[in-house]
Amino acid sequence: MARRMQTRYDAIVVGSGAGGGMAAYQLAVQGLKVLVLEAGRHYDPTRETPMFQLPKDAPLRAGGTKDKPFGFFDATVDGGWSVPGEPYTTAPGSDFLWWRARMLGGRTNHWGRISLRMGPYDFKPYSRDGIGFDWPIGYDDLAPYYDKTEALIGVYGSSEGLENTPDSPNGTLLPPPTPRGYEQLVRKHCGPLGIPVIPSHLAILSARQDADRWPALLHPDNQLAQRVLADSMRTRAACFWATECGRGCAIKANFQSTTVLLPPALATGNVELITDAMVREVTVDRTGRATGVSYVDKATREDRHVEGRVVVLAASACETARILLNSTSSQFPNGLANGSGLVGKYLMDTVGAGIQGQIPALESLPPHNEDGASGDHLYMPWWLYREQLAGRLDFPRGYHVEFGGGRKMPGSGIFWGLEDYTSGAYGARFKQEARRYYGSFLYFDGRGEMIPNEDCYCEIDPDTKDQWGIPVLRFHWKWADYETRQAAHMVETFAEIVDAMGGSVVGGSVERDGSKVIAKGGQIIHEVGTVRMGDDPKTSVLDPNCRAWEVSNLFVTDGAPFVSNADKNPTLSILALAWRTCDHIVEEMKRGSV
Amino acid sequence: MTERSDVPASPERPSDRELSRRRWLAAMAAAGAALPVLSSAACKPSDQTAGAPTPATGPRGTPSDPDLIHPRIWWDKQLTRAELGTLAALTDTIIPEDETSPSASAVGVPDYIDEWASAPYDWAREGIVKIRKGLTWLDEESGRRFGKPFAEIDQSERNLIADDICYLPRARPEHQEAARFFDMIRDLTATGFYTTEAGMRDLGYVGNVPLDRFDGPPREVLERLGLV
Repeated sequence: MARRMQTRYDAIVVGSGAGGGMAAYQLAVQGLKVLVLEAGRHYDPTRETPMFQLPKDAPLRAGGTKDKPFGFFDATVDGGWSVPGEPYTTAPGSDFLWWRARMLGGRTNHWGRISLRMGPYDFKPYSRDGIGFDWPIGYDDLAPYYDKTEALIGVYGSSEGLENTPDSPNGTLLPPPTPRGYEQLVRKHCGPLGIPVIPSHLAILSARQDADRWPALLHPDNQLAQRVLADSMRTRAACFWATECGRGCAIKANFQSTTVLLPPALATGNVELITDAMVREVTVDRTGRATGVSYVDKATREDRHVEGRVVVLAASACETARILLNSTSSQFPNGLANGSGLVGKYLMDTVGAGIQGQIPALESLPPHNEDGASGDHLYMPWWLYREQLAGRLDFPRGYHVEFGGGRKMPGSGIFWGLEDYTSGAYGARFKQEARRYYGSFLYFDGRGEMIPNEDCYCEIDPDTKDQWGIPVLRFHWKWADYETRQAAHMVETFAEIVDAMGGSVVGGSVERDGSKVIAKGGQIIHEVGTVRMGDDPKTSVLDPNCRAWEVSNLFVTDGAPFVSNADKNPTLSILALAWRTCDHIVEEMKRGSV
Repeated sequence: MTERSDVPASPERPSDRELSRRRWLAAMAAAGAALPVLSSAACKPSDQTAGAPTPATGPRGTPSDPDLIHPRIWWDKQLTRAELGTLAALTDTIIPEDETSPSASAVGVPDYIDEWASAPYDWAREGIVKIRKGLTWLDEESGRRFGKPFAEIDQSERNLIADDICYLPRARPEHQEAARFFDMIRDLTATGFYTTEAGMRDLGYVGNVPLDRFDGPPREVLERLGLV
């Protein structure tokens, strides 16, 4: 029997990453008593982040392993492409990878911090080109929340007035950092190619936030919110232009749920946090309302149950679908809120493909510090909207380009393959060649929109359970021609850029078969869309406020509600949508309707 | 430009663009951050009450949750002293001491390769066999040509062997396997060497230092890139 706790919370939030952290913060500052359940361990970036450690201080020079796929110093705890004791399966013929992190703050601790708004086209893709599905909301519905989210978390960037690449209100964005040398060189050579190269938007404090101004603007008439936010903003230092964001940030200069959302949420006194709490299911009463959540306490392996007036799922798109599908009852035999049969369906990731180039102009440059914000200072937003609409491209949706390289801190794998450039140099000549070539390699990665399709979904695997006895997900995946053609366009474009720069593609030639260069499903770690929102209960799981059509006190605030997956990295949109959903929860509670 | 940002900075010789150590400490303190070099990852658990976070217990020390502040290698190294001696002669053939920086073995590269080849990961199962076979081949080849094991011949003699196996596309058929071995050791030697302070200095990597602000490349670099 599940042990029952005495307290009944106003809201139970499952997950503590972008969607869960935002929900905990927004609901707590509105005075709700919130319980946050996190499946991983507690994690404190101010104590645990290896800020200046060198690769030589770590096993294997900090190179990636199956235990730490993005390298030893990556912030991810108990995660990556596999989680010990918590498998997932893939259907025959399906290639899908699922990145998870079992830690407070989830994947926000290590993410790339790229924070791009979806644009007006991105909410109504079907209306624009007849493919995919429209969201039940438009850009104007989410724009105020983008404004507020950017100010809350701190995002650097600029407003350029480009098509479907929204501007931010004056004063919202922090100043973009000066571009690195290679970034300026790429920009110069992309000009004649008609490719815009503009400041990227990253959730990094290029300057400290104005703690005297923002709290009152973001939370008018809410003294509690203003106080905890001002206090929190004052603990955040500006970026000091060193150490990789993927390690996390001990000085809180970048956005992590654990440094930006959870501290002020906890400071309200309205939040209780339980870590190592693996949620098994959402429980319901006879009327079909959610009563709470049952979870496995990982320390004791005991089942526990907690009760709440509303349940907010923010476990990540796939984990949220898993919880719903595992929440079966007589009223909901196919999983909770799944009358449409769409829970787990229309799973999307981002299309990824890239190349590397060697650029002679970047050889033997005088030593100078290119660490910067660790992530991109510049990027290329999608630039061929009109050509696409006119039918001049053989794929319907766009991509943006992230690029980097240069004089990064040498890490594991540096100069692997240098023999191809040096006819097998060794000895004194190897050292000379290394000095020459260091900093001259760039990578270009496309990040494109995938169209949701019937072949990409997750479901419960009837034969496999994790170590907690919870049935696991089985993934089905198939890229369509839309995506593979887009991937081919990416690599051809990047080869043109490298060529324009006078460089050469690493590996000699470019593979132009999109199905060979496209990343695996899940590999870009932008899974969204398994519990989509919509206007019609027959074709969606959630209503336009991210409330389950069939369960009036159940909400979702992670990437699961996404109807499409624009090329814009999803985290900023998850945060903005979560804020909007929480406003709705609070309104409904005030009205007494939940 | 008023700053000397074109002067290479190193962790030992901070440039004037860097935050002073005191200001850096202040920034860390403002963020409530423990200095990574000083902190003990574990913190004292406190009573759990509503509104207070679950006590942070820190990393559990497993391979997927290691202590990132105090890293340690949790597996035993396998190569013998004799094998490490041959390996050092090879890594120093690839990266010898010169006027700019020390040799590979002087910064622990053979130990790193031993760590890599002994690791509890898939690559090591084949990797250690390849390395042992390669080292054996080196000694045999050295014995055939010069009557002594690889570690005991002159550098000029080692280079004669290296010339035959340093570039796979040009290696003779009977040297293909040795050339693949040389390739692998060269890659590992580069990682082992250039991830140390000495290797980073050699390349002119001058980052990993806190800066007051980021000004982009110095004028000299912009001029070289034709961006002025």
